[in-house]
Amino acid sequence: MTDTSAAPPDSTADADAALKDGSRIAVIGGGPAGSMFTYFLLDMAERVDMRLDVDIYEPRPFTKPGPAGCNMCGGIVSESLVQNLAVDGVWLSSDVVQRGIDSYVLHTDVGSVRIATPNDEMRIGAVHRGGGPRDVTEAKWESFDHHLLSNATERGAKVISTRVEEVGRANGHPTVRVKGGEPVSYDLVVVATGVNTSILKTFEGLGIGYQRPKLTKTLIREYYLGEDVIAQTVGTSMHVFLLNIPRLEFAAVIPKGDYVTMCLLGDDIDKELGDAFASAPEVRAIMPEGWDAGAASCQCLPHINIHGVEKPYADRFVFIGDSGVTRLYKDGIGAAYRTAKAAARTALFEGVSERAFRENFMPVCQSIHGDNRIGEYAFVLTRIAQRLRIMRRAIIAITRDEQANGRRPRLSGVLWDIFSGSAPYSDIFRRMFDPMLAVRGIAAMPGVLVSTIRSTELAPGPFRHSDPGTPEVKA
Amino acid sequence: MSEAALGRFYEDGEVIVRQGEVGDCMYVVQDGVVEIVREADGHEIQVGSAGRNEVVGEMAIFDRHPRSATIKAKGRARVLTLDKRNFLRRINEDPALAFRMVETLSRRIRLLNDQVVALQAQLDQRDG
Repeated sequence: MTDTSAAPPDSTADADAALKDGSRIAVIGGGPAGSMFTYFLLDMAERVDMRLDVDIYEPRPFTKPGPAGCNMCGGIVSESLVQNLAVDGVWLSSDVVQRGIDSYVLHTDVGSVRIATPNDEMRIGAVHRGGGPRDVTEAKWESFDHHLLSNATERGAKVISTRVEEVGRANGHPTVRVKGGEPVSYDLVVVATGVNTSILKTFEGLGIGYQRPKLTKTLIREYYLGEDVIAQTVGTSMHVFLLNIPRLEFAAVIPKGDYVTMCLLGDDIDKELGDAFASAPEVRAIMPEGWDAGAASCQCLPHINIHGVEKPYADRFVFIGDSGVTRLYKDGIGAAYRTAKAAARTALFEGVSERAFRENFMPVCQSIHGDNRIGEYAFVLTRIAQRLRIMRRAIIAITRDEQANGRRPRLSGVLWDIFSGSAPYSDIFRRMFDPMLAVRGIAAMPGVLVSTIRSTELAPGPFRHSDPGTPEVKA
Repeated sequence: MSEAALGRFYEDGEVIVRQGEVGDCMYVVQDGVVEIVREADGHEIQVGSAGRNEVVGEMAIFDRHPRSATIKAKGRARVLTLDKRNFLRRINEDPALAFRMVETLSRRIRLLNDQVVALQAQLDQRDG
């Protein structure tokens, strides 16, 4: 690392730190955060008649199947992100959205309940981040990451398909060097590498106050079922599970074209925990007869960011998406969108100095950060529900009752927002303590207690998609 | 049009919003075309149409008046609903989200200006 600049960190003169015609920007990482940053920066620059040169450093070919072309995640485009992208004019074709999701089904050992979107509309997108699972021979879809990267290149960005080896500073400007190349100077470096890379360590040694985020591991598996079988079994719902399996916090099964994706969150996640979950009766109940839990097409154990970076910016540097601040457990792509757009807006209209990012970009990160702290409490409550059967019974009973009697979807709405990641955690948490919800809880208790006593005699029946008795609740 | 895609399908002539209703949503056309018609004295007058990626029904979100026109599918159309609450919250954080809305409204005013000029010319011709 070289730093020949004599200037202290916060002293980039604001006039020099404004982008102007011909300014050069390096975006390291061409996943959703990097591509969306570039797209919005170039879109806004065009509106103010400014010409900028953007280089996106991305060695992965996102059209390739298997790990080589994949950015490893559950691949959910949340309800709010779907809507924001639509307003922004970023059209997601049916080749990109592998499955529109119109409902959530919550599964517990004491029953299941389906929570549908208003209007029975497909409001959530399930996407493949790369070219698809390892065993894909003929891709029937377009990779989400490739689609966004194409949007950025159509706006005029250049993709450099080489891995970045070194990032440095010279004469007050950041530099980027690829293998076998000379350092190239930029006016701004945008770091959008995600967290599953060793390059993030480089930035800690740069003296810009960056420290990597805290991470945890997740498990993602893809199973081939075929589109027709999926239509008859998993359907157009995202299935979420509140099961009392040790170390498991949260699990979901998401339909996507010919595949279903299984996503697990928890402590010390490993293959064994994945196997334990896949063999749970509640999971087998939604899968086709004779399904082989051991026959996964693809599996990975990527890291996710669970505690964002304290200072995701410096003079001429900004960290977006997972390499900066993201939402806890949910809607990582939505957080990438928010931080990418805030960084683009700041760089274009306020400049690329540390002060500009602190005053204009950081508030968005702080808003996500603060909301995550509230989210931690909301997840404590779901953890309690996971351990307490009586609470699981109450959740199922209240949600079913809301539908059967056409009541306001107080709990259904809370559950929908927790699963979908569509609303801020602060909003969800406030609604969790709605006095009317407590009244419903108390009203449901006699029934819950009776069924708890009865359960010593009767085993609960698992959920089947075709089960006509499965109640549907509008969120 | 894939059945798995985002939004909801509306069949030819199916009404998405009706004139006079109170609305808290706007819409983005994903596939196909929707037409905007104004009902007056039992007649329907088409005042516009919108195709892929275009926003419709946004006026009720901003001016909080009842729907000024009916929006219905022209042929089969796929349409995504956008909630007022989410949208306004996001504009608060990200004013750039309003750029395209302003663009949409500007385009519509241009279109209206053209229509006014065309109608005026017709009137002048008739009177003259």
